[in-house]
Amino acid sequence: MGGGPNKPELVIKGKRTDGRDFNELRPIKITASPLENAGGSAYLEWGNNKVMCGVYGPKEANPRHLADPTQAVIKCRYMMAPFSSLSEHGRSGPNRRATEISKVVKEVFENVVMTKEYPGSQIEVYIEILQGDGGTRVAGVTAAAVALATSGIPMRDLPYAVSVGRIGDHLTVDFNMIEDNYSDSDMPMAIAPRNNEILLLQMDGDLTKQQVLDGIQMGIDAGKQITEIQRNALKAAYEATTK
Amino acid sequence: MTMDAMDTVKASHIRTMIAGNAREDGRGAYDFRDIKLTAGLLQNAEGSAQAQIGNTTVLAGVKLDIEEPMPDTPKQGNLIMSAELLPLASEAYETGPPSPQAIEFGRVVDRGIRHGNCIDLESLFIEDEKVWTVFIDLYVLNYDGNLFDAGTLAAMGALMNTKVPKVEDGEAVREDRTKKMKINNIVTSTTFAKIKDKIILDPNGDEEMAADCRLTIATDGEKVKSMQKGKSGGLFKSEIEEMLGTAFNKHKGLKDILESSQV
Repeated sequence: MGGGPNKPELVIKGKRTDGRDFNELRPIKITASPLENAGGSAYLEWGNNKVMCGVYGPKEANPRHLADPTQAVIKCRYMMAPFSSLSEHGRSGPNRRATEISKVVKEVFENVVMTKEYPGSQIEVYIEILQGDGGTRVAGVTAAAVALATSGIPMRDLPYAVSVGRIGDHLTVDFNMIEDNYSDSDMPMAIAPRNNEILLLQMDGDLTKQQVLDGIQMGIDAGKQITEIQRNALKAAYEATTK
Repeated sequence: MTMDAMDTVKASHIRTMIAGNAREDGRGAYDFRDIKLTAGLLQNAEGSAQAQIGNTTVLAGVKLDIEEPMPDTPKQGNLIMSAELLPLASEAYETGPPSPQAIEFGRVVDRGIRHGNCIDLESLFIEDEKVWTVFIDLYVLNYDGNLFDAGTLAAMGALMNTKVPKVEDGEAVREDRTKKMKINNIVTSTTFAKIKDKIILDPNGDEEMAADCRLTIATDGEKVKSMQKGKSGGLFKSEIEEMLGTAFNKHKGLKDILESSQV
């Protein structure tokens, strides 16, 4: 963020570089249950982000000493594929950034998954970023929620995630990669749509108190559309099995 | 983290107390524990400070090395932050590769200081292809909750205390350190915990264990510079608003502690 010396214009004639308005999401497409072996899965395209998510479990916790006798343990791995970015070949395996994201994403699903139903077990959530174009963690959460739902594991809610940032004076929904690299602030969040409870919140950059609050509201407003896309994906997968 | 029987009893006791607006140690909801900050306690490091918030102790050491600049910032020094949860700091910490908690801790402190533009990175340019890299290492010596605020105080205190070595023929002369590193901005961090519908500031270790979630807010008194939510509980917008207000109110007191540690 803040970016290098060659900062491009991010706002041209009141529109963003890709022609969107400030409160406009990129196109989102979700396919529920694309994978055969995983207990639940989802494939998501969010702008140029491409994310595959698979869920395994509940199954016996491994290693055994990490089992919690009162509830299921959720394990989450977010990872960017070495070929996922436009720049050079990435290192394989999770780096520090991925480790942190895996942790905060896990905490989202610890909230909504009814873990008390499965004491002593583990539920594995794998988020693989096949192509990254800004906002991969929010794309990953949105996909993982659908994957968990298709696995049949009971959840209190179907969370979504979205990011709101600032370009100059404009609060802006859903940065693409260029905006992500050169904007002034970014604030990813995950939300439970049932009561607008915020389950993931991170922010860096430079925002006033009011901009933080307005940004959260902007995320909630954009979320209505994301929730609908998630639900339609689940509906389509269900209808396909009943035909 | 799995809780053992003792933790479960403790957590339920704390949750009952907080529900009745009381805290184990008698503090008000928005009171910090006693804070002590000692700057310049190490002589070989270019900068150092140790922060204590109650029984949480974090030591920050700063080293400066001459390195190449990052390709996208050829005229600026580099900042690299890392954190160690030392096994001597808590029964719960183990040897081995850094845990997700350690990585999160280092990255959250890093973000506040980086996005607060605390270090004048342009003043760390030496010549083409040569800049100072600022290594900040956070060492947790004793854990009793709220690592984030103690870590930010220690890191900020150490940076304000950092002296840049003289450069001769492109090499550092570490014996000659008279020039203070230029600091542009002072960022402080405040961490809140939510237990049921109550919000408290500066959770101690037991309160952190019992909490539904926490939120860390870094600010320079004017703007919010970074935030990080942790644990699985949810937050409402109105609660975030209240925490933001308190974070701004607490900034001046923390800044005073940082400034008076430097004499």
